[in-house]
Amino acid sequence: MNGESLLEVGPLTKSFGSTAVLKGVHLFVRKGEFMTFLGPSGCGKTTTLRIIAGFESPDSGRVRLSGIDVTDQPPYERDVHTVFQHYALFPHLDVAGNIAFGLRLQKVHEAEIARRTAEALALVKLLGFEKRRTTSLSGGQMQRVALARAIVGRPALLLLDEPLGALDLKLRKEMQLELKNLQKRLGIAFVYVTHDQEEALTMSDRIAVFNHGRVEQVGTPGEIYESPKTSFVADFIGGANIFSARVLPGPSGRARLLLEDEFELDVPLDPGETLPDAGKRVRVAIRPERVKVFYKDELPFGSLRFDATLKDSVFLGDACQIYLQLFKKAPERMMVASAGGDRYAAHDDLNVPVIAAVQPEDVYILEPDENA
Amino acid sequence: MGKALSWLLGGRRPLASHLLLAPAAGWLIVFLLVPAAGLALLSLAKNGAYGQVIWTFGLHNYRRAFDAKYLPVLLRTFAFAGGTTALCLLLGYPLAYYLSFRAGRWRNALLIGLMVPFWTSALVAFYSWMIILGKEGLLNAALLRFGFISAPIGILYTPFSVLLGLVYFYLPFTVLPLYASLEKVPRSVVEAAYDLGAGRWTAFLKVTLPLSLPGVMAGGLLTFVPCLGDFLTAELLGGPRFYLLGNLISNQFLMAQDWPFGAALTCLLLIGLIGGLWVYRRWEAEDA
Repeated sequence: MNGESLLEVGPLTKSFGSTAVLKGVHLFVRKGEFMTFLGPSGCGKTTTLRIIAGFESPDSGRVRLSGIDVTDQPPYERDVHTVFQHYALFPHLDVAGNIAFGLRLQKVHEAEIARRTAEALALVKLLGFEKRRTTSLSGGQMQRVALARAIVGRPALLLLDEPLGALDLKLRKEMQLELKNLQKRLGIAFVYVTHDQEEALTMSDRIAVFNHGRVEQVGTPGEIYESPKTSFVADFIGGANIFSARVLPGPSGRARLLLEDEFELDVPLDPGETLPDAGKRVRVAIRPERVKVFYKDELPFGSLRFDATLKDSVFLGDACQIYLQLFKKAPERMMVASAGGDRYAAHDDLNVPVIAAVQPEDVYILEPDENA
Repeated sequence: MGKALSWLLGGRRPLASHLLLAPAAGWLIVFLLVPAAGLALLSLAKNGAYGQVIWTFGLHNYRRAFDAKYLPVLLRTFAFAGGTTALCLLLGYPLAYYLSFRAGRWRNALLIGLMVPFWTSALVAFYSWMIILGKEGLLNAALLRFGFISAPIGILYTPFSVLLGLVYFYLPFTVLPLYASLEKVPRSVVEAAYDLGAGRWTAFLKVTLPLSLPGVMAGGLLTFVPCLGDFLTAELLGGPRFYLLGNLISNQFLMAQDWPFGAALTCLLLIGLIGGLWVYRRWEAEDA
């Protein structure tokens, strides 16, 4: 895999009763890396996290931490700490007691405990809160205590289970940056579980996209966003227009596609990207913000051009979604374009003929289309 | 009708919402407070030579209650109530823990099983115990059969049989509050303890046990308090010479025909219990 690899899991399977939650999850985490497990609820990301922590054991597959198989180790023997979704602070202990819990178990000297507790509190900006009862804290403060408690023991790996889920939007944004900075400063590898794609894109070094108990794609935020491999990834991260296309015979290194059996496209392939044989169908994604819409009297740019009809526009404040009818054979399969909020905000232009333009490299070729 | 109901349930008029309390309050006033007041009054009266009540008031019954000859009964009562409570907690805590943390899909069946003694008349239950524990009883027969003893031994009408009966009867009173408080221990908090390096036993001692202490207090109290006033167990399983505070009181009413003295003993017991509950509530309020 990689000399820097800290954690390797897989291929994990796990069923609860007759429900298969994990169907062969396989991934690794590097030292000092911020890895995010991203996916909708029920996709298996939290179960994978709990298996890494030791709270669940997999039906099959191994967990290796720093090269050692820890699959059969109980959680208290693993050099891994967890920040729980609802903080899970000890209600009978004060803030300092919560943070020092793990250190006391390790019989660390009391003076050392006091020093490290203060250090951890300073890191999460809660100095002076030592004697406060955890039940008297706000959600954001409890989150910080949970974080301090998990990092004070300096684990090799920190697991975070939707830690910001219960906070309001503004606080969540602040905490995202703080967490990212903290992770860089400490150099501890983070495995961060979230269903919020924006959070994942903002914070992660790499993202593993989970769906239906499998990892659909692993990559940097840029890779996940710019070259999604499946329609699920394209749609879940950023949102995308997903179409079906027939592969036409063409030169190597390029793909000639017949989009929805109507528009012929010539699209460059990424290095190493392969294409099904001619005649087969693939799915294709185009991001709404990469679709430019022009009136007939404007000069369009973008080399792939589609004659379209403007059917609807939805004003979102900072942006505007425009629904375009492209296909004669499948008029219900609209293309959504995203434009600045100042454009097409009015409904005066409905049913006007327009031109939708896209750059060839903004057409992503995804998995084969099984349905067609 | 609808208007009257909404007037009642609206809650904006304090008088209206107080009306909702009226049936329960009326019941308590007529059947609890009035008799209790009567009891208090009776405790200040004098007993006549033929068991009649003479309505001249004084504290003589209370003075008599503090006579040293009743001290052994008092001590024995506290010892048995304390012993029963301790045994119920020791037996009940693992049971409640199992029910809450381990029983899984058997939990409801086991909880119902625990409630069965509740639904059995105490009289029937204790007569069953008499049959089991007696000289000719099941236990003696079994011990004889397997050669542990050569002649029947006295199990019934001993302090042991009283303690057994008390523990048997009050165990559900201990287990249910314990179970309820263990159910309230967030599982994620126990997981957090494991996560931070605590083994099962350490996590129990440092997290689960402290968080279930309110249940230990409530369960202990719910066992200890009624144990102090229990007379049926001692009467049936302890034999005629075995006396607890409850027997002393019931005897004043049923045998000695000294109602004023019985009333005074009852009032003292009540004052003690209310005092104990008050201390407990203070402790609980401070803790919260």
